[in-house]
Amino acid sequence: MPDVFSKASRFDGTGRSGITIFMGEKKKQGRSAKQTRGKQPQRQAPKSTETIEFRVPSDPKVLKIVRLSVSWLCELAGFSEEDRNSTTLAVDEACSNIIRHAYQGDIHQPIIITCKLLDNGIEITLQDFGRSVREEEIKPRDLDEVRPGGLGVHLIRSVMDVVHYESNEEEGNKLTLAKYVRVN
Amino acid sequence: MLEVSTHPVGNAVVVKITGDVDLYSSPEVRKTIIGLTKNKEKNILIDLSQVAYMDSSGVATLVEGLQQVGRYKGTLKLFGLDAAVREVFELSRLDKVFEIYTTEAEALETIAK
Repeated sequence: MPDVFSKASRFDGTGRSGITIFMGEKKKQGRSAKQTRGKQPQRQAPKSTETIEFRVPSDPKVLKIVRLSVSWLCELAGFSEEDRNSTTLAVDEACSNIIRHAYQGDIHQPIIITCKLLDNGIEITLQDFGRSVREEEIKPRDLDEVRPGGLGVHLIRSVMDVVHYESNEEEGNKLTLAKYVRVN
Repeated sequence: MLEVSTHPVGNAVVVKITGDVDLYSSPEVRKTIIGLTKNKEKNILIDLSQVAYMDSSGVATLVEGLQQVGRYKGTLKLFGLDAAVREVFELSRLDKVFEIYTTEAEALETIAK
């Protein structure tokens, strides 16, 4: 796979580069996320069969394109309509958080979305190079307090089987989300 | 593209939203709802029957509207929620905070003449 997406320095920073999509086969076994919320996948040893990467600007205008793409990938992964909708919501919320918090509203920064179709679901990694998020910002807030804002993290954690956040200087911020096909 | 329109029905103003409500479009919804609350509109009904998608920024906008009408003892009620939109309210545990109705007629019936 070409390395065009892996470094922030490759992005021209203007946002004019628009949306880039790369699709390729992965031969290596996919890296599963390290931290789970307690839900266990119904089948073990997820193997990545195909990877699709999008590089989009941090512009709220492109969120719909991201949603349509993720929804279609969820359909390919065999998700029910409900799981397709909830996974799409989680990715949308994660992008919105990157735009609002990591890039603080700057619409010309890169968001790299890597979707791995697994044999039992989907793993989606969102990478940005903005401000890293403090731990308290990742924690969902108390829902008994009715107020606008702060719901995005709660929604993401409610609907995804895996939510893992890591941040380092070389790779920026990475949020890995995974959802597994439910076996009835 | 998102469209937001308002029209009076009985003792209420119906806000009809058409399209997806997300980080890009929710400011447009907010502008309309906050405009109505600034005028202390007594009864606001939000028609979500043509909204297939709503994220937390859309939900937050409606929560803000609900808080605003509460300050002058007005009402803000929702109707016509699609299953996916209702799910967002349920996950946020806001389905018990908002009055949610199936149709405009049902929502109107609950408003004092």
